[in-house]
Amino acid sequence: MYHGSPLLLSVLGPLTAIKIEGQPNHLLCSLVSVIADFICALLIRATGRILQTARGLNLKFLGLDTMLEDIEIMPSGDIAALVYLWNPFTIFTCVGFNTSPVENLFVVLSLYGASAGIVPLAAFGWVIASHLSLYPVVLVIPVILLLGYCPDTPPRKLFLQRDLQKTGAEGSTKNHVQHRPLTNKPTEATFFWWRVILFFMWASIWIAYVLILCAISVKEYGGLPEMFKRTYGFILTVKDLSPNIGVLWYFFAEVFDFFRNFFLIVFHVNILFMILPLAIRLNHRPCFLAFVYLAISSMLKSYPSVGDSALYLGLMALFVNELAEMQFSFFLFCGYVGVSLLSPVMHNLWIWRGTGNANFYYATAMVYACFQIILVVESVNAMLNHDRKIRKLCTTTEG
Amino acid sequence: MFKCCLHSQLQFRSETSLESDHLMGSREPIVLIFLILISTYESSAKGGIAEELNEEFTEGLLLRPLPDRKVLAHFHFQSSVPPTRIYGRHHHLFPKSIYQLVNKFRVREMELSFTQGRWNYERWGGYDPISSSSAKPPGVELWADFDVPLDQVDDSWRNLTHALSGLFCASINFLEHSTSYSAPQWSFHSFAGKLRYGTLPREAVCTENLTPWLKLLPCRDKAGLSALMDRPSIYKGYYHSQRLHLTSDDFGTAKSNAGTMLEQTLTVVLQPNTLGARAMVSGKTLQPSWSLNSLFGRKVHGKCSVSKSSNVYVQFEQNLVSELKEVRKKSEAPESGILIHDDFGNNTIFEMSASPDRVVKEVENLQKEDSSILLEFLVEDYNDSKPFDLGLRWKLPVVWSCQQAPLHASRFLMGSGNERGAIAISLKSLSSNNTPTVGCCEKGSQLRINIFQVVPWYVKVYYHTLKVFIDGELQSTMENIEKIHISPSEDKVSPGVMEMILRLPCGVITAALTLEFDKGFLHIDEYPPDANQGFDIPSAVVSFTDFQASASFEDNLLNKLPILNELQERKHVISYTEVLLVPLTTPDFSMPYNVITITCTVFALYFGSLLNVLRRRVGEEERRLKSKAAKKKGPLTSLLSKLSAKLKGRPVEPPETPSTSPSLINNKLVLKVILVAGIAAGWQYYFR
Repeated sequence: MYHGSPLLLSVLGPLTAIKIEGQPNHLLCSLVSVIADFICALLIRATGRILQTARGLNLKFLGLDTMLEDIEIMPSGDIAALVYLWNPFTIFTCVGFNTSPVENLFVVLSLYGASAGIVPLAAFGWVIASHLSLYPVVLVIPVILLLGYCPDTPPRKLFLQRDLQKTGAEGSTKNHVQHRPLTNKPTEATFFWWRVILFFMWASIWIAYVLILCAISVKEYGGLPEMFKRTYGFILTVKDLSPNIGVLWYFFAEVFDFFRNFFLIVFHVNILFMILPLAIRLNHRPCFLAFVYLAISSMLKSYPSVGDSALYLGLMALFVNELAEMQFSFFLFCGYVGVSLLSPVMHNLWIWRGTGNANFYYATAMVYACFQIILVVESVNAMLNHDRKIRKLCTTTEG
Repeated sequence: MFKCCLHSQLQFRSETSLESDHLMGSREPIVLIFLILISTYESSAKGGIAEELNEEFTEGLLLRPLPDRKVLAHFHFQSSVPPTRIYGRHHHLFPKSIYQLVNKFRVREMELSFTQGRWNYERWGGYDPISSSSAKPPGVELWADFDVPLDQVDDSWRNLTHALSGLFCASINFLEHSTSYSAPQWSFHSFAGKLRYGTLPREAVCTENLTPWLKLLPCRDKAGLSALMDRPSIYKGYYHSQRLHLTSDDFGTAKSNAGTMLEQTLTVVLQPNTLGARAMVSGKTLQPSWSLNSLFGRKVHGKCSVSKSSNVYVQFEQNLVSELKEVRKKSEAPESGILIHDDFGNNTIFEMSASPDRVVKEVENLQKEDSSILLEFLVEDYNDSKPFDLGLRWKLPVVWSCQQAPLHASRFLMGSGNERGAIAISLKSLSSNNTPTVGCCEKGSQLRINIFQVVPWYVKVYYHTLKVFIDGELQSTMENIEKIHISPSEDKVSPGVMEMILRLPCGVITAALTLEFDKGFLHIDEYPPDANQGFDIPSAVVSFTDFQASASFEDNLLNKLPILNELQERKHVISYTEVLLVPLTTPDFSMPYNVITITCTVFALYFGSLLNVLRRRVGEEERRLKSKAAKKKGPLTSLLSKLSAKLKGRPVEPPETPSTSPSLINNKLVLKVILVAGIAAGWQYYFR
């Protein structure tokens, strides 16, 4: 039962029917996944390069480059690409012919386009990714921030302070706070409104394009309203209760019908609730913000797959330098390994052997959700601490 | 004939007089008489039709010894009423509830069956009219064809299910939901679009369903053949199927005079009491002897007085007749020339307690040496002092087999585990039979088989995985399927329906169809009370369109008898496959509260901890630690002061005079409480 985009179906559908002699049936489809993953990894690497140069420039501007020379800086783009490609989750999705590699590709495409400043590409990636799986809609905030400001920087206040120090040193006034020279902002802090407007223009063009294509392809099957009902409606109302690694299937299989709508709203609003606080707190690091959003939505989405985890784990590796001091990293690693080993065992026990119980599998899903929560919370914490450290370093250099 | 004409004349007179009064007012009586004369003439001219312009009720019972030492009893009751436009709305015999049902929901044809047990096609036959029409899938099967516009068919169906549910004390109303019924296009019966079909395989059938069924008969079970229906002996049987077939021409545009016909049949397969050890003759076991009294525990005390005919038939099947001839040849060689039905009352092979009033032979078009024989007994001749108790006693062992359907259809599940599986329908030709498959081969045509299968939505069948195996070899699907119609299931909306005509080469030994499926996962409320037992997939209907299951009898007068009409009706050979039991994965039914609380806890953990991380400021924490160390004060006041400081946007300053600060906070607190109370009161007032 396919509940995805009709456009993706028209591309992938014929491939499922073609069979090569002597090969497994889904070879071509898996090949598509492999190619998508490979391109995705290349894009992640390119994004990592951009982030790294931006980081170097910023640190130089803050005058911290000499301080940090003794710490080894790792090539985060290469690491992230390798982490993404060698992640067992990525390999599983390719073997199992999941559509998540294609979805991931468009998400990464959007991030790359935004961080490289290619507005049409960013808009295209965002539109297609949201069309395929709805949840990347929330990425509009990081993409706008990426386009408006430049890629991830330390907090902008530091630049401001830095400038003020310089001007203060020049003007030799002690309480520089009182004469705040607004004209002397660094270029990084300005917000490029025209790029954002351009992004929305391009996005509306792509949306129109996608909708027209969809309308043509689903014309005989009830048109666009039916398509939205069968794709987005299916995602939002959690109709399919097949077990997956998420937390919602068992909940909605067990919850009383009377409360079903209430909990549907609560769970989906839970994703939306965190958007604003995170955007306020991490607005200077849009790429990291995108990673957090992806991690949260992959944890709370209706039908998650390991492909989503593969994507956010790969993106997390972009921030190896910043997240070097993350807590519980070994515990989290062990947890992920343990869950990914236990979960198939429990599934097998329950579904195939009939010796287990639904609760066994549900417990692993719960543990997995908890680990994801810890990962998100700790990575946000580590990133904030990193910014604090930079601020402290700035003040010490100042002093 | 003359009596009938008179009767109808009277009837017509009254009707016409009413009509003429209404139309013409008061005119000369000569015109009236003239009109009456004309109507009389017309009715006498259409004597055959006029004869049917009465309500009729007939009863019949067919008994047939089965090869596996059992006896088939097939009760047949038929009530008919002429069309409303001729006959009016007042009935003497026809059940009012059924008449109202037909008129209200505009049912053109309907069949409802309650069945317990499974018809054993291999032993009890699969080719004869009774097995095609009265062998039904276990549980309840209902199909109905409506004479309403296409968009009202579903509503009519829903109403009909509720009405029948009330009428027969069964949960037929479960067929109301769109997941449980389907609209076959062409395979099941050839009514386009207005037919609905639904089954409840797990419906238990018991006396509570039989009693309302008997209430539809004019004599109930007090007199006539239905008096035989002793509940314990009927439900003791191996197979029990009560059927109600309804046809109505009331709404048709064609001015036919068929009217509404209600056909009620009860088919039971019973095991005669053998009373002790089995009788043996020359090393072979005798077939059990039986009588009506031993089978049903009751006797027939005459016919139901309102019934037009009341006959009991004993049928000897074609194979049995030829076997009887064989046995007779062996036992008494010199008399081999004597026809078998010369002495049915008492011969060397079996003995009947009553001699038949008539013997009817089946006429076969095909060149068969033997044909089945019906022995007719008229119940009219018996009364209370002389009850009718037909008995059959075997003297010599006879072994025979029933006539089989061209292919034996069975259905089974493949695969293990609760994730996926496959349904296989296997068609096997039984090697030791003499079905007319041979005849088909001579013609050089192919065997056409119509398969109709409904699968509930939680068994998600992938129809593209359809594979056809013929004699164990995988065949290309397109070559062997003449026509196929599939409507895939939609989750929680409609079941999956597959109709197809399979074309098999002649002389095929085995053919199999496989379809793969995934098992769905249901909500906790959608599971039946005994969820671990599994879910039933309704029987598939396999009909052999090239073969007609009908017998034609030599005596033309017999065509007037409904029970024989039923046997002579030209129908396809139909067999039902087994009901499949699919185990589905079950959640833990005791867990709802635990799951809700645990999941919500995880969500709260996520929300709280992430918000906490975002909110935290290092400087603030250090200050708090300092203030804690400096001063031990009530946790609530410190929290409140921090909150108020935060609201003001100032850093927390330890209150210098502890006496003033709490009062300030208390004032605020009081204000807030009053505000909240005011809002609550307003809310209450507004929404009262």
